[in-house]
Amino acid sequence: MLSQEKLQKIDELKKKYPTTKALVLPVLWMMQEELGHISTEAMKYVASLLSVPYSHIFGVVTFYTMYQSKPIGKHHVEVCTNISCLLRGSGKIVNHLEKRLGMKMGETSKDMKWTLSEVECMGSCGTAPMFCIGEEYHENLTTEKVDKILDGLK
Amino acid sequence: MENIILPNIPDLHKIDVYELHGGYKALRKALEMKPEEVTDEVKKSNLRGRGGACFPTGLKWTFMPKQTMKPKYLCVNGDESEPGTFKDRQIFEFNPHLLIEGTLIACYAMGIHTAYIYIRGEYGKWVKMMEKALADAYAKRYVGTQILGTGFSTEIVIHKGAGAYICGEESALMNSLEGERGYPRVKPPFPAQVGVWGCPTTINNVETISNVPHIINNGWEWYSKIGAPKHPGPILVGVSGHVNKPGVYEMPTGVPLLDIINKYAGGVIDGKSIKAVIPGGSSTPILRGDQLDGVCMDADSMKAAGSAVGTAGVIVMDEDTDLIQVLTRIAKFYYHESCGQCTPCREGTGWLWKIMKKFERSEARKEDIDLLLDIANNVEGNTICALGDAAAWPIQAMLRRFRDEFEKRVKPEIVRVETGAVA
Ligand SMILES: Cc1cc2nc3c(=O)[nH]c(=O)nc-3n(C[C@H](O)[C@H](O)[C@H](O)COP(=O)(O)O)c2cc1C
Ligand code: FES
Repeated sequence: MLSQEKLQKIDELKKKYPTTKALVLPVLWMMQEELGHISTEAMKYVASLLSVPYSHIFGVVTFYTMYQSKPIGKHHVEVCTNISCLLRGSGKIVNHLEKRLGMKMGETSKDMKWTLSEVECMGSCGTAPMFCIGEEYHENLTTEKVDKILDGLK
Repeated sequence: MENIILPNIPDLHKIDVYELHGGYKALRKALEMKPEEVTDEVKKSNLRGRGGACFPTGLKWTFMPKQTMKPKYLCVNGDESEPGTFKDRQIFEFNPHLLIEGTLIACYAMGIHTAYIYIRGEYGKWVKMMEKALADAYAKRYVGTQILGTGFSTEIVIHKGAGAYICGEESALMNSLEGERGYPRVKPPFPAQVGVWGCPTTINNVETISNVPHIINNGWEWYSKIGAPKHPGPILVGVSGHVNKPGVYEMPTGVPLLDIINKYAGGVIDGKSIKAVIPGGSSTPILRGDQLDGVCMDADSMKAAGSAVGTAGVIVMDEDTDLIQVLTRIAKFYYHESCGQCTPCREGTGWLWKIMKKFERSEARKEDIDLLLDIANNVEGNTICALGDAAAWPIQAMLRRFRDEFEKRVKPEIVRVETGAVA
């Protein structure tokens, strides 16, 4: 399920840790990068690749919030609603997003274009409110800015 | 004082710029010293951890066994997930080599040959920045085998988390590094005896480690004179909430909170008054706006005021803030982030959130005020790690300092009067 290049990278990573189990998080990241989410198949694959039980991989995937065990939209909009953002108007951003996309927090659109999530503090409290889409942080948001960002996404 | 952790030098993240401004000089100097001398220097400087607990760094380093057959490890804690905290991110972005240099010096002092820099998964962009800086440092032989032609060798590995506040707790971090769920471990044994992979381990915060090169360059005496004597040094203070200029500011420890808010962060928006301040990230006890006089950003002063420095994430709330709404959001956070191992924390954080939601809707009963306190008191101190305490403290402090806010949200009771027989 992983490219030759990624398998090679795994071999290199093995030298950096005293156990193979330590590669669980890095390899799950690779799977998610390659496939968009980590399916049961993918978990079984990682389990055999690293010689750890499938149940262990399942336990790890379900523990960490960033691993997606179900397919998500092409653009994953993650809005911080923790206190520094709350104080700077994250509520307005949430309402605006829900209205504009016609969906609620936690939902994925039928056409698989969008997933909306509420997240905990992202370390952008000084540039609140914020959301991120993929790895990209969008800070000091206003509803106009939100519109511009979403308009720019295909 | 000039900034030394985040100096205003363009392109400092590039290795040649860093070298041009004296970068990696401290490493050279340290390698000419004995490891014990390096630890001693850090100990005498009185540097205290910037990860939340203000623990003396040099002392922590001395806990590492000298004679051991096992490998030893350093974990640099860049999980940075405490709400209101956004300082380590600045180091990754603007001064990554300072962190790498500090990591190398710490390894040398403790005889460590592998260090892991654990960075929260959400910081994918900053992970890449650190990886670039590290690759450059490897290319110049600052990291790896026989560093700078000496007999000392150390590998540094950047490890990306995957979204879990609890992995900032040191023993959960070690489990996460091992490829496990981020469950905290029972202490003792402490990490210096039994740490990651069962080996002696030291865990330090990113900012803590970034102070080390400066201590080596300028000596402990110089360092110990910066800021508050018992908790000296530069400190990165992140100010957020209702201020005109939110952001991370470097300053000596011991600056009055009101100066931080008014002088550094440009004062409260629209000149409003301050209702409350959370001084050190979401777990530190809230302070009343009318009790801020004389409260300074150092361990002793904060303790005397009934709060803590924590991660120095100052969250400012103006007079119009709904504190019940803020506290409800904090309660939700701890409920979401409890790892679920200990019953008091797993269940208690959920109950706290549920009751807070009743207050938020103004549907609470009078007894709920005491119930909140009772639950918080029963979570505090009864869990494996300090997440339970971190969930209890904000509730306890808010009840102590803003009881009236809760009383206002109690649903008025409908008193039924006996009417007797109706004619
Ligand atoms: C729930 C919880 C979360 C924590 N999160 C962090 C964190 O994100 N970063 C950090 O440096 N320390 C965090 N800590 C503190 C660490 O356990 C540890 O004390 C610290 O990394 C030690 O570094 P220092 O001595 O340099 O401060 C957390 C502690 C608890 C209880
Ligand atoms: S509270 Fe939203 S980024 Fe910190």
